[in-house]
Amino acid sequence: MDVKKYVVKQISVFSENRPGRLAAIAHALGEEKVNILAFSIAEASGFGVVRALVDHPEKAHKKLTSLGFNVAFTEVIAVHMKDIPGGLYEVAKILGDAKINIEYSYAYSGKDGAVLILRVDHVEEAIEKISKSGATLIESSVFH
Amino acid sequence: MQYKLLKGLVYRLYSFSPFYHDRMKEQNVHPDDIRELADVKLLPFMFKRDLRDNYPDKIFTATQDELVRYHVSSGTTGKPTVVGYTQNDLDNWTTSLARALTSLGLGRGDVIQVSYGYGLFTGGLGLHYGAERIGATVIPTSVGNTERQIELMQDLGTTAIACTPSYLLHLGEVAEKMGVDIRKDTRLRTSILGAEPWTERMRNRIEDWLGIKAYDIYGTSELSGPMFTECTEQKGFHVWSDLALVEIIDPKTGEQLAPGESGELTITILQKEALPMIRYRIGDITRVNEEPCNCGRTHPRVDRIQGRVDDMLIIRGINVFPSQVEYALMAIPEVGQHFQIVVDRKGALDDMLVRVELNKESFSDKITDLMHISGKVEHKLRNALNVNVNVELVEPGSLPRYEGKSKKVVDRRSL
Repeated sequence: MDVKKYVVKQISVFSENRPGRLAAIAHALGEEKVNILAFSIAEASGFGVVRALVDHPEKAHKKLTSLGFNVAFTEVIAVHMKDIPGGLYEVAKILGDAKINIEYSYAYSGKDGAVLILRVDHVEEAIEKISKSGATLIESSVFH
Repeated sequence: MQYKLLKGLVYRLYSFSPFYHDRMKEQNVHPDDIRELADVKLLPFMFKRDLRDNYPDKIFTATQDELVRYHVSSGTTGKPTVVGYTQNDLDNWTTSLARALTSLGLGRGDVIQVSYGYGLFTGGLGLHYGAERIGATVIPTSVGNTERQIELMQDLGTTAIACTPSYLLHLGEVAEKMGVDIRKDTRLRTSILGAEPWTERMRNRIEDWLGIKAYDIYGTSELSGPMFTECTEQKGFHVWSDLALVEIIDPKTGEQLAPGESGELTITILQKEALPMIRYRIGDITRVNEEPCNCGRTHPRVDRIQGRVDDMLIIRGINVFPSQVEYALMAIPEVGQHFQIVVDRKGALDDMLVRVELNKESFSDKITDLMHISGKVEHKLRNALNVNVNVELVEPGSLPRYEGKSKKVVDRRSL
């Protein structure tokens, strides 16, 4: 199988932990007509990292960099979950059994069902295990 | 020998200087109390304000007809100060610089371009006479007209230049614009840089870029002018023991510190006639190294100046200088060189926070990686400063780019 098509490009933005920073990022993306499909914020003392799946990652990267933000691309995978009790367990168990570590994760529940976004330590191996177990991975072309 | 000179100086001042006589009385010390060199610690200090308060010449110990020159400091930190010189004072000053220039390997056959200001400032004339004394050929260009300086450098075969580090960088840029390659088109191999603070980073930049050696020179007008330089080892400037006695003093308590400890440089000029300086507290922070130097000289060495007493922060009783933070950050590739120190008081304890910019290349979207970087910076700063520091990573370009203490340090303690 072609695992590459399941590798999704996420943008990650370093942000100081103070009022107005998320607004600044969101405003910039809005100006560029970049749509945010999913996002999360991780916080530490004094700073945080904003992670987002967007429809035009290159455009977003360029715009935010030009504004002085520290931006990076990160490879993540997106998995369909059943939007019912135990849905998350099914996916998490596959990775746990395969000894693949989840570094972080976030999820959204939309009109086409629930989606889990994962950053794992071994991306290609995770894609293979998940496919074999019968769960559905979402191709990156769905996002951008 | 230092003891004899000190003893003689103290007797002379006690007898002939009303100013210093009164100071010694206040301190309850008599020349007879000075029985060995270590007794220097009994003597009162002198400060810059003593010269300002006694403007222009009230504490001189020579009459005007014995003086052969005046120099006047610019007075950037207050009223100007006047320094007078007898012929012996000028000779000792020249001797000091002649030895210093010799320790850099300069001598007869060298062409030394003196690009310090000539005039009331001590830099130009000081270097001028020192360079003549060692038999070098002097080009007294003084400051300014950089293109002409570069032409003369080529035409007359300058081998060494004495100027401020910032002027040398400017000269290098102008030379590039003129299409002059300092390495190929000139004989310049040595620079003697001082009169403003500079860093090892600037030294490396100058040496790599221009292909010339950069040496630190130190002095102030109250001591006579520029007096001491590094030798070719570049490990601190040698202070000639027969001319000067160095001490490192705790700026808070005035107590002497052991060799190797950082504190305020305090100098006694042992053979000055017109304006003797005893235990003069210059306000510069550094260390003394009394180990013999690889160059063979046994005169003590003083490290590059780390900062000014005025910039010093006291964190939980420990002296901290913004320059130490800057120096430590230079060795950490993950963060930039700009920083801000925020000092606060949490309960009874001082809390020091250093804000640094995360470099673009080091950004990882994993919080653990970022925590690892801030932990590394905290560790390095703690080792450098001997005090616990919290580090906050901030966005690149977000810290103020001002020079000076006011913006780099925010002290929120209300004491």
